[in-house]
Amino acid sequence: MFKQKTIEEAKASARRSSGNSSAAFYNNPNVRAIFYQILLVFGLGYFFYSIISNVLANMEATGIKTGFSFLGASAGYDVLMTLISFESTDTYGKIFIVGFLNTLLVSAIGIVFATILGFIFGVAAFSQNLLIRKAALVYVEIFRNIPLLLQVFFWYFAVLSALPGARQSLSLGEAIFLNVRGLYLPKMVGSDLFWVAEAALGLAIVGIFVLRRWAKTRQDETGQQFPVLNTSIAMVIGLPLLALIVTGFPFTMEYPALKGFNYFGGITVIPELMALAIALSVYTGAFIAEAVRAGVQAIPHGQTEAARSIGLKEKKIMQLIIVPQAMRVIVPLLNSEYQSLVKNSTLAAAIGYPDLFNVFVGTALNQTGQAIETIFMTIIVYFVVNMVISFLMNRFNNAVALVSR
Amino acid sequence: MAKKALFTATTLATALVASATTVQAATLDDVKARGTLTCGVSTGLAGFSEKDANGNWSGLDVDVCRAVAAAVLGGADKVQYKPLTAKERFTALASGEIDMLSRNTTWTHTRDTSLGINFAGTNYYDGASFMIMKDLGVSSATELDGANACIQAGTSTELAIADYFRENGMSYKAVTFDTSDQTRQGFESGRCDFLTSDGSQLAALRIGLANPGNAIILPEVISKEPLGPVVRQGDDQWFNIVKWSLNAMIEAEEQGVTSMNAGDMMKNGNPANKRLLGAEGELGANLGLDAEWAYRIVTQVGNYAESFERNVGMGSPLKLERGLNASWRDGGILYAPAMR
Repeated sequence: MFKQKTIEEAKASARRSSGNSSAAFYNNPNVRAIFYQILLVFGLGYFFYSIISNVLANMEATGIKTGFSFLGASAGYDVLMTLISFESTDTYGKIFIVGFLNTLLVSAIGIVFATILGFIFGVAAFSQNLLIRKAALVYVEIFRNIPLLLQVFFWYFAVLSALPGARQSLSLGEAIFLNVRGLYLPKMVGSDLFWVAEAALGLAIVGIFVLRRWAKTRQDETGQQFPVLNTSIAMVIGLPLLALIVTGFPFTMEYPALKGFNYFGGITVIPELMALAIALSVYTGAFIAEAVRAGVQAIPHGQTEAARSIGLKEKKIMQLIIVPQAMRVIVPLLNSEYQSLVKNSTLAAAIGYPDLFNVFVGTALNQTGQAIETIFMTIIVYFVVNMVISFLMNRFNNAVALVSR
Repeated sequence: MAKKALFTATTLATALVASATTVQAATLDDVKARGTLTCGVSTGLAGFSEKDANGNWSGLDVDVCRAVAAAVLGGADKVQYKPLTAKERFTALASGEIDMLSRNTTWTHTRDTSLGINFAGTNYYDGASFMIMKDLGVSSATELDGANACIQAGTSTELAIADYFRENGMSYKAVTFDTSDQTRQGFESGRCDFLTSDGSQLAALRIGLANPGNAIILPEVISKEPLGPVVRQGDDQWFNIVKWSLNAMIEAEEQGVTSMNAGDMMKNGNPANKRLLGAEGELGANLGLDAEWAYRIVTQVGNYAESFERNVGMGSPLKLERGLNASWRDGGILYAPAMR
């Protein structure tokens, strides 16, 4: 009886609020809701407007320059490592791009190696071999528990700074040199017919995908396996090599050589990049290893037993049964690890690797004094980069997620 | 519904509060109310601003902080030092974290006009130069083509060296570090062939090397680097106090007033001595200070010559010559405007 009445009342009030014109419009919940929404939007708009105008007024009053015109002005300082050509007469705008590319470079290297390390040590935690299992544990516990900045300093000041000077370089066959100023590698400089070898490499990569598909179809139909991995390696090395032999080796090697103070020629990997990339990879790798371990542990033991009962080898069980299922757990965790890695790359400033944060928020801000503009632009960059990572990882996640039928 | 209304109301209230423009307070009143002067100094640079084992700061730049504290607060020790890197210094000043900056900072047009700051004078006339290891056999900066340079990030030297190498058609690699100590480490580890900075800093960094005898400072001076204390723009009274505290030290040297004879000079000196030391005239009152402001600077900190000798001159490990930094009476360019 009581319940019945409540429902009746609710119905009546609903009638009143929606259709009944006798009630005042301001008592209509819909009208009120919209009114409050509009009020809120205006309030927020005014809030941000007043913050911005307040900042501008105060900066004007204290004589601090504002605006983005500095991006077109000549920077007047040099950057240690640039992926595009840069001179000190170029603009702050170009400094921004130079720094952005350097950030992308160290982040990409870090993500690749952190993933490799993470998967190796994550899977190693389940090894039958006690030594490998303990090694994985030691790796994770050491590098996960030491602050990243300390690790960056360790690799830079303790390891790489201890290398010999330019004149006493360690060398490998007079082609590769390693000293306190970096790693110097020979560079292949192609001439006329070099494109044939490049095309062969491209062909080999396409060939691998075709081969994989063919091998899978064949296995599905006949049950016969094909050594895809070995064949792929042979193709990637063999095809370009064959092309080079046929075209008569159309390239010269540019070797680094000591001229005056430094090694010139070839490819130079500066120690700042090495230290930062190693630190980021090893640190993030430890977290990824834990993510992989979590993913693998999430798979019920019955899966392993079932795989064993149909006669799969331990290696194959991991490869075909466990890891593909574990990816559902691992991928969302990977996403946040990758994002952390990109953000952590700003520690570059501590050792002078010229990433975006260092050359733009560091030096450009200091030379121009335009803190708000430079920091705003840099925030946007890290925001966008991480949104892109998130987008790609979500796509990947959808691909590996459990498909319910 | 009630929650939503509350949220809206809070937002609106915040907006109203935020819209109240902040009023720039007078730095002098803040400092007096606090009882200490917050002074931005370097993270450690021998002779200019460095901390000893007991946590006491000393140096030529530190003495400017001490002079202002003596003038404003009556005690040269009433200073709280804030160590800042080259990159942090202007932001710290603009945000009000420090009352003044005395950190071997070069007076440049761009800084003076676009950072919202004012340079209150020059306490050391310097110029960028190069330090290099002896065993490289280099005797002139023109032989440095293709070399690596260790530089502190965010300094005017970073700009000066880019100009110099471009002008002379030479190339170099700029390896930048955050603090001057890291720059020295980079130089010592061989990451770069030479270290470039202001001449005074090179002298200071050189004595910090494991073996100072192995390094030489090249004769070339590639830029003008007048170093001086800095204040925020928009508080002219405070600007005047810092400017004239430094000038009082320079003027005291010109007049021959030292920490030893200041008491005597105040009573028995000539009219200029008496004006400086507050026995006559209105100099202190015009600054918003008491009459004995400069007397306290001279007795507690010393005149410029005393400060120079103690910190960077022959009485210090740096052993720098007075050179340009001698008083104009002795052939230098140090010159205080008229104290009257």
